[in-house]
Amino acid sequence: MHDIGDALGLAVALVLSGDADLLEIVLLSLRVSLSATVIACLVGLPIGALVAIGRFRGRDVVLIVMNALMGLPPVVVGLLVYLHLSRSGPLGFLGLLYTPTAMIVAQTILIAPIVAALSRQVLEDLHTEYAEQFRSLCLTRLQTIRALLWDARYSLLTVGLAGFGRAVAEVGAVIIVGGNIDHLTRVMTTAIALETSKGDLALALALGIVLLVIALGVNAAVQSVRITAARHAYV
Amino acid sequence: MLPLTVRDLVLRFGETTVLDGLALDLGAIGCTMVMGPNGSGKSLLLKLLHGLIEPSAGRIDWGGHAPREVTRRQALVFQKPVLLRRSVAANLDFVLKARGKDAGRRAALLDHVGLAHKAAQPARLLSGGEAQRLALARALATDPEVLFLDEPTASLDPASVLAIERIVSDARARGVRIVFVTHDMGQARRMADDVVFLHRGRVAEHSPAPDFFPRPRCAAARDYLGGKIVV
Repeated sequence: MHDIGDALGLAVALVLSGDADLLEIVLLSLRVSLSATVIACLVGLPIGALVAIGRFRGRDVVLIVMNALMGLPPVVVGLLVYLHLSRSGPLGFLGLLYTPTAMIVAQTILIAPIVAALSRQVLEDLHTEYAEQFRSLCLTRLQTIRALLWDARYSLLTVGLAGFGRAVAEVGAVIIVGGNIDHLTRVMTTAIALETSKGDLALALALGIVLLVIALGVNAAVQSVRITAARHAYV
Repeated sequence: MLPLTVRDLVLRFGETTVLDGLALDLGAIGCTMVMGPNGSGKSLLLKLLHGLIEPSAGRIDWGGHAPREVTRRQALVFQKPVLLRRSVAANLDFVLKARGKDAGRRAALLDHVGLAHKAAQPARLLSGGEAQRLALARALATDPEVLFLDEPTASLDPASVLAIERIVSDARARGVRIVFVTHDMGQARRMADDVVFLHRGRVAEHSPAPDFFPRPRCAAARDYLGGKIVV
């Protein structure tokens, strides 16, 4: 309890003082996780939409694989990305290991399946409602996908949020490919792990509190958007 | 595309035969009302003619074309309108853009169905009658040669029913071929040029409206018009 009290005090003091190190860690965390979320959405949403409206042989197998990939272990993803980006790996020439870009790549691989699988369910439900009308209008596949993505936009916000939540809270992959280098690849979760291992529980808890506040803030923002949309029957 | 010739049309779902050797001829103009008891296959007949579902057997010939080849030249208004999660105006814009029509027609279409003042309102907050008028406007935006209507006025108040009938009558007057499913006898009498009466998956009677209502030829139609339960 003593640590928690200290941590709260430290967290407030750090935030209010505009501590440069804390700000750097928070901003890098947001940069990495938001970039990964945007890229994962750009990749995952079209895949989810294609599977949602598609009827093809092996679709059930694709669904099983998509759902299974939602549970990808972060350390395994981190290891695979590490093997590819390390100097002797096939992409070693890019020199990306221990950079924020490598962390974005790892988080994107982690959350793209989440975005694809969850959006597939959302879009398939909507397509069930629209399918006959769209067939009557003779829409192309591209027109159908664009219409579904737009009309499901508020539900897909929640899907993106789920991806962001997974990314920002993830530690296993980013610590392997980022290396937790001070002022370069240190993000909130890796800093928390480091401070905990050093026994500086107060700072670790302070960072944890900042992380929770960010998560709560993003969730609240998305929820308020959804409530407004629901009032207009757009959800 | 017209005339329409249907021969030996069969539609089965598993062991259940819904349409059983149906035959039908429709001319180039007018308003055909499709009537019959629940389960007689009226809605499914519309979807077959429109190319939304495939028959189990038989032939549907739209002037030498299969239904899927002419779907684009037709429109179907469903009993429960499927409206996009957008504004009233955006629902129309979507269809106009998707079908390569002049986007400037939106205002005239909304005005035609009496929804100009609701253009910015979310479509899914419209009343039942308004929603169906928007669905009609969306269908008319595609400039259909044939307009199918599947009980578009079911559960609507009399004013909404008359508003929809006026819009449909206007379309008919402009040369759009109307095929209209209804259970409403009064509506059928007001709108019909001819009546197709379905019973047990077949066309039990197809007569001009002035003959059908006073002197239905088949017993099922007589019972139906007389208010008896027809199964």
